[in-house]
Amino acid sequence: MALQLDAHPPATPAPRKTRPPRSGRLSRIDAKYSPYLYIAPFFVIFAIFGAWPLAYTFWVSLHDWDLLGTDPTFIGADNYTQLLVDSDFWHSVVNTLGIFVISTVPQLLLALWLANLLNRHLRFRTGWRMAVLVPNVTSTAAVAIVFGVLFGREFGMVNWMLDLVGLDPIGWKSDRFASWVAISAMVDWRWTGYNALIFLAAMQAIPRDLYEAAAIDGANRARQFWAVTVPLLKPTIIFCVIISTIGGLQLFTEPRLFHSGTNAIRGGPMRESQTLTMYMFENAFAPYYNFGYGSAVAWLLFALIAIVAAINVLIIRRLGAGARPKIGGRKGGPQ
Amino acid sequence: MSRLWRASPLTYCALIAATVMSLFPIYWMFVVASRSSDAMGQLPPPMTPGGNLGANIARLFDNTDAYFLTGLINSAIVATTVTVSVVFFCSLAGFAFAKLRFRGRNAMLMVIIATMMVPTQLGVIPLYILMTKLNLNDRLPAVILPALVTGFGVFMMRQYAGQAVSTELIEAARVDGCGTARIYWNVVVPALRPAAAVLGLLTFMTTWNDFLWPYAVLNDPENPTVQLSLRALSDGYYQDMSQVFTGTAIATLPLLLVFVLFGRQIIGGIMEGAVKA
Repeated sequence: MALQLDAHPPATPAPRKTRPPRSGRLSRIDAKYSPYLYIAPFFVIFAIFGAWPLAYTFWVSLHDWDLLGTDPTFIGADNYTQLLVDSDFWHSVVNTLGIFVISTVPQLLLALWLANLLNRHLRFRTGWRMAVLVPNVTSTAAVAIVFGVLFGREFGMVNWMLDLVGLDPIGWKSDRFASWVAISAMVDWRWTGYNALIFLAAMQAIPRDLYEAAAIDGANRARQFWAVTVPLLKPTIIFCVIISTIGGLQLFTEPRLFHSGTNAIRGGPMRESQTLTMYMFENAFAPYYNFGYGSAVAWLLFALIAIVAAINVLIIRRLGAGARPKIGGRKGGPQ
Repeated sequence: MSRLWRASPLTYCALIAATVMSLFPIYWMFVVASRSSDAMGQLPPPMTPGGNLGANIARLFDNTDAYFLTGLINSAIVATTVTVSVVFFCSLAGFAFAKLRFRGRNAMLMVIIATMMVPTQLGVIPLYILMTKLNLNDRLPAVILPALVTGFGVFMMRQYAGQAVSTELIEAARVDGCGTARIYWNVVVPALRPAAAVLGLLTFMTTWNDFLWPYAVLNDPENPTVQLSLRALSDGYYQDMSQVFTGTAIATLPLLLVFVLFGRQIIGGIMEGAVKA
């Protein structure tokens, strides 16, 4: 008699020895369909509150869609063409990119350096790690308000310290570039420790004999860092850059709460630090309630994130191409 | 170990500097929160706590613009509900993806991972329209519903379940006649407990901290989350900064408390996630 190896059930089911047939069928139905039941909540919730809005934003963006207007009129790409010549929109794009660059670059460099420090034999290991992560677990809104005061013009502590060393006070909220710096300081304060821990985790996976070998070859610490650590961290660095890109381009809470009063959603009277998300809010909700225009801003924001993320990856690939040693293959795992 | 890994005094100096930078704004927040409102106008700024905390708290809770107590209660409700739901649904789905065989498994997992890359902003306007249609605007379910389960959570639980749940144990339970629901409850849940704790902590903190979506959907000033109360406080025209700082301190306190109690697990969770990403 031939063994039946394929999946077809035998013509007459073999009698079960351990269980009555009814529960056998039930358990087969259970094994076959219950996985779908377990993953269904995600797909149901995502369909309603994630996927549908995604498509619907696009649909809304093709309309003249006012909160008060009863029926929205289809206007095609008008919102987009209007946006492309909207100087306030481009102003917010420049703000967003500017804040993103001056926050992300120092943040990741600092995080690398901090991770390198944490990757030594330290007393109170967990204590140091907790200390650098504390900023990340505070309330963003609260911190934005606190920093707003620290960077105040008259009584802010930062200007007071500048005064101590004989520098003129800076209008952190009224000067465009200065407000970018202040908001970047907030972002860096919050995220440097988080990135440092991610880098630290990756550093601990680097085999230590590589460093011994480099030391024997006469490489000092700095050289070991740039020639061994950084190239081997490349996948993690790419990961952190992309995460920071997505986060940095969506910045909202910090700049929104850095300013207070009537012009808060504009990022100051002259839109000094209005980010794209703030511009979207300004148009979609109070004061304008123009959902169509706001949705178009949202889609262009998405496009911007995709473009910047792609550029980032290209640059990092290019930068690391020459420096990468062959030892990467030794780890064997998927990169 | 070789001297390459020894920490020099310089290392400790740098780490102390980093710690001071990390802690100072939080410390200063508590300093101002415990002083009278003219502390803000003093130069040099005061650096030690004062004795006004009680009075500031009383003023804060009496402030009729901020609805601070309502905000605290609302945030507690939202964060707790979302945390319980996320841990339950994500562990269920993570278990299914890691240990059960079914058609379309990989494709569906890819979809879930892809959803993690969609920015929240893209959905804010249609979600607002949806919530208006469902008559949920200005009400807490509007904040809770979209957050009930997350792609990040499913992915994280799947990664953990893959290595922490023993396949032999599942098969043994099956032979003994357990259905998958019982296997989930009796075999998987105990094994997933550490990861569920980390996911729960991260979810609680993110939800407590969320500003953007509540800001869009909760427009009724009488029914805010605590972060919206802070906004109302800081946008007000009074110069009572010690009251505002009392608010920021109280809003931050639950997060700091969670972190002090579970910091080790949270750090472990962040570092684990990075290695496997």
